[in-house]
Amino acid sequence: MLRIQFITIAVNILFVLYISRLIIKGKLREEYAIVWVICTLFLLLFSFWTDGLELLRKLTGVVVAANLVFTGFIFAILVYLLHLSVVASKLHNDNKKLGQEISLLKEQFNKHLEEKKS
Amino acid sequence: MPGKVLIVIPCYNEEASLPLLLPELLSTILPNGYELKAAIINDCSKDKTVAVAKKYNVTVLDLPVNLGIGGAVQTGIRYARDNNFDLAIQLDGDGQHPPKELSKLIRYHDETGANVVIGSRFLEKEGFQSSFARRLGIQYFHWLNRILTGQAIYDSTSGFRLFDRKAIELAAASYPDEYPEPESLVVFSKAGLKVAEVAVVMAARQGGQSSIRSFGSLYYCIKVTLAMFFSFIRKS
Repeated sequence: MLRIQFITIAVNILFVLYISRLIIKGKLREEYAIVWVICTLFLLLFSFWTDGLELLRKLTGVVVAANLVFTGFIFAILVYLLHLSVVASKLHNDNKKLGQEISLLKEQFNKHLEEKKS
Repeated sequence: MPGKVLIVIPCYNEEASLPLLLPELLSTILPNGYELKAAIINDCSKDKTVAVAKKYNVTVLDLPVNLGIGGAVQTGIRYARDNNFDLAIQLDGDGQHPPKELSKLIRYHDETGANVVIGSRFLEKEGFQSSFARRLGIQYFHWLNRILTGQAIYDSTSGFRLFDRKAIELAAASYPDEYPEPESLVVFSKAGLKVAEVAVVMAARQGGQSSIRSFGSLYYCIKVTLAMFFSFIRKS
């Protein structure tokens, strides 16, 4: 096995462990962890199967294997960023509803308090 | 039977202009026996807007986070829906919309039965007319609105507008939160509501800052254009 293989495999395992730790501690929700786990599995696969990239390169007709890696990962990152924007939009809407609800409830509550006093 | 009107006043740092606006507003007598109630929606102001507003006989809705003008207006609209108001009229807290012009909107609504009545600066060239660049932008939105809604609204960015029960119901369910004015018109006309315009005289703002400032105006145009387009193609 090559030295670089050892390094990538070790880094991968550390990454998986870190993600697991985040999930266990409740800092990362499982649905957002999926994409990171898949990425790591993907990296792990190609760390062991060194001919795999060459095979994919031939299948897709890309001249330099590194370009295939860059293209693939940049695309995956863009999709993930879009996903995060969707999540942010949903949070924005939820926040708006909550804020409005709180202000309306606060008003009702104050009205009741005043009615009780008088 | 005389109806109830809620004046929805979205406020962000308006402690200076509220003492000028509220006494005049609360002493305004509305036509056709309408009863006037006012709701101040404090959009998480950094000044004493809430304390100032509480000195007057108004409902104060205090938002815990800053939602932007649309989110604040929608809070007032939801209050109007939940408390069974017949009409809701948005009036900006900065004193741009004189309370004496309210009766024009109400009369026009009662005469024509329009679901949404917009107080327009441009039907008659009177009062505060805003800067050239801003009028250019407004002209552009007039043109875009005409294409998307088929209705000729001249002052589509005007925040001085009346909602009837149908419009209240619709806006309470969905109202855009950032720069809502032109976009909401697309939503209203898609839902088959009748949008009309009536000439009013506006004043220059007495305090506070416009939500649309110069460096952001390009962003404003792009954002609103996109929002209007997507509201247009969205299934209602």
